[in-house]
Amino acid sequence: MAVKEIVRQAVSADGTRTIAAQRDFSWKRFILQWEWMLVLMLVIVNIFNISASPNYANAKNILNASRDFLDKAIVVFPMAFVLMLGEIDISVASIMALSATVMGIVYQAGCSMAVAIAAALLTGVICGFINGILLVKFPELSSMIVTLATQIIFRGIASIILETKSVGGFPAWFTQVAAGKFGGMIPYVLVFAVLEALFFAYLLHCTKFGRRCYAMGNSVTVAKYSGVKTDRIKVIVYTMTGLFSALAAVYLASKMSSVRPDVAKGYELDIIAMAVLGGVSTSGGKGRILGASLAILVIGYLRYGLGLINASSQIIMIVVGALLIIAVAIPSFRTSIGNANWFKKLKAMGQKK
Amino acid sequence: MNKVKKMFSANIRELSLVIVMIAIAVFVQYRSGGNFLTVENISDMLAETAVLAICAVGMMFVIVTGGIDLSIGAIMALGAMAGCTVLKNNQSMPIIAVIGIAMAVGFVCGIFNGVLVSKLKILPIIATLGTMNIYRGITYLVANGSWIKQQEMGAKFLSLATGKVLGINNLIIIAVIVYIIAGFFMTKTRTGRKIYAVGNSEESARVSGIKTDNTLIMVYTLLGVIAGLAGTLYVCKYGVAQGETCTGYEMNVIAACVLGGVSINGGTGRVPGVLLGAILLGILNNAMPLIHVSSFWQEAIRGLIILLSIIANSLIQRNVEMKALRRRNI
Repeated sequence: MAVKEIVRQAVSADGTRTIAAQRDFSWKRFILQWEWMLVLMLVIVNIFNISASPNYANAKNILNASRDFLDKAIVVFPMAFVLMLGEIDISVASIMALSATVMGIVYQAGCSMAVAIAAALLTGVICGFINGILLVKFPELSSMIVTLATQIIFRGIASIILETKSVGGFPAWFTQVAAGKFGGMIPYVLVFAVLEALFFAYLLHCTKFGRRCYAMGNSVTVAKYSGVKTDRIKVIVYTMTGLFSALAAVYLASKMSSVRPDVAKGYELDIIAMAVLGGVSTSGGKGRILGASLAILVIGYLRYGLGLINASSQIIMIVVGALLIIAVAIPSFRTSIGNANWFKKLKAMGQKK
Repeated sequence: MNKVKKMFSANIRELSLVIVMIAIAVFVQYRSGGNFLTVENISDMLAETAVLAICAVGMMFVIVTGGIDLSIGAIMALGAMAGCTVLKNNQSMPIIAVIGIAMAVGFVCGIFNGVLVSKLKILPIIATLGTMNIYRGITYLVANGSWIKQQEMGAKFLSLATGKVLGINNLIIIAVIVYIIAGFFMTKTRTGRKIYAVGNSEESARVSGIKTDNTLIMVYTLLGVIAGLAGTLYVCKYGVAQGETCTGYEMNVIAACVLGGVSINGGTGRVPGVLLGAILLGILNNAMPLIHVSSFWQEAIRGLIILLSIIANSLIQRNVEMKALRRRNI
């Protein structure tokens, strides 16, 4: 069945032209969505978890388990935006460390906790902004390299500030940020993460800004010549990533009730892996927030489940790595079979009959 | 005069690196009261840098094709771990066999990476991110939570890193050999030129009859083999093999390549540049303790210098291109 595409054109009084395209709903396209694969994985993971431990299958436990991976989840959504642009940000974990460190010393200096948190968020914003500005001013440098350098610098500054010390002794209400639950069931941060996902889904799929991000991911040059302020969008996306890294840092500090300059080491790769498993392409222009959210749950609960059966962390590493490769290989495997000569011949033969 | 000018602009990247290196060397020599530019210290520094430099040349092959390999640290660890585990149970084994085992393990890991990237068309950064986790996990399994210590490796094996030929440390000699072969390979052989062709445009390379898939697999395999070698040398130098060996090393290697003027977008990069990039990182590591920079400051300073030098590099490049454009207009 051919998919009908309807393109509407309208010319308004002042001569500007608007074009609206609409595609018919197609079952085939609906079924072949990557998200179904993730749902399937999530179901398998949960069946596995339930069989691993009979205590797993109760709502309180499942909700509580989410606290383990929410620190990463908070950064996955803005990271999806970065990847959507065809860029990458490997400095997120260092931004987390630096913001947490700044929060620690501001608190230690006698300021109130609220001021300390504000300082942490400000640090995140500044770090993200620096990344963005560097990339915009030097478009010939790839984001991989720039954020590699800033990754070293941010973590370095954190270790200059705190050396090997750690800061703790935060007020009691601050530990409630991570530990607190609505009605004794739903962790505060889970609610925050869900709201964040909704916000980012709205931003990406329903606003001009989001559509422009997609356009930039497909081709920065084309986007630029069609009037998208590509530089501004890039800076905004990186700043946003910085801000949410800082938020994740606040949560992490609350969870561990102390701050050290080596927190969140290696998180950046986990975060990127979650986004990529969610179907966000690192070459840009592809991906949805729903996919990223599902991928967070898949990896998060997989880790939790493997922990339940006392699998060693090395097995978890192997499983997550293999999952990432398989997940990315399946769609490309399909296209590579579709392009293979023998498959085309087979298809042609089938059509002749 | 024109010829000199031409040579200058052709090697501008390398020259700018040399200038930065000289500036740092003079500054450190002055601040450390003459302890930096001594034969002893320089040979120490080069021996420290040799492993990084060997890895960087492997990474260069991959980056020139427009790819990247994040799994290099894990391959190093896995190769070295495999070699040392065999060595531990079999002390009389010749050193070359240990290196051979490590290189064979690297070969397998590299081929796997290459197939993922070329045949399954997975983006290199994702494929190697996945295999990094897998190889590292296997390394932990092989290590089984324990370390292989100096005593278990035996003095003969350790002498590889401390021994000298004609007064020059073995590691330096191995690195020099690797660089000579790599330099010849990249500039004088057809296969080497194919790597650049694939990096410039995979599509045009394929159209002009290069088997791009095979080139990609070869490049990742070469990196795996080199990583196996480098991993063994690393373990030999530091006298301990464990699951966490070389964690995060990939970033150092990539930094060395980038400092050396290898473009992440593929197609550009030269062997001498990579060598200079690795040595520059080595100088930084060696010089900062000499002038009593607190260890907490070292990381940030290193990052800042990497950032500044890539920015300087791109500014110089812009200037050169602008001048070339102006010449053409006249």
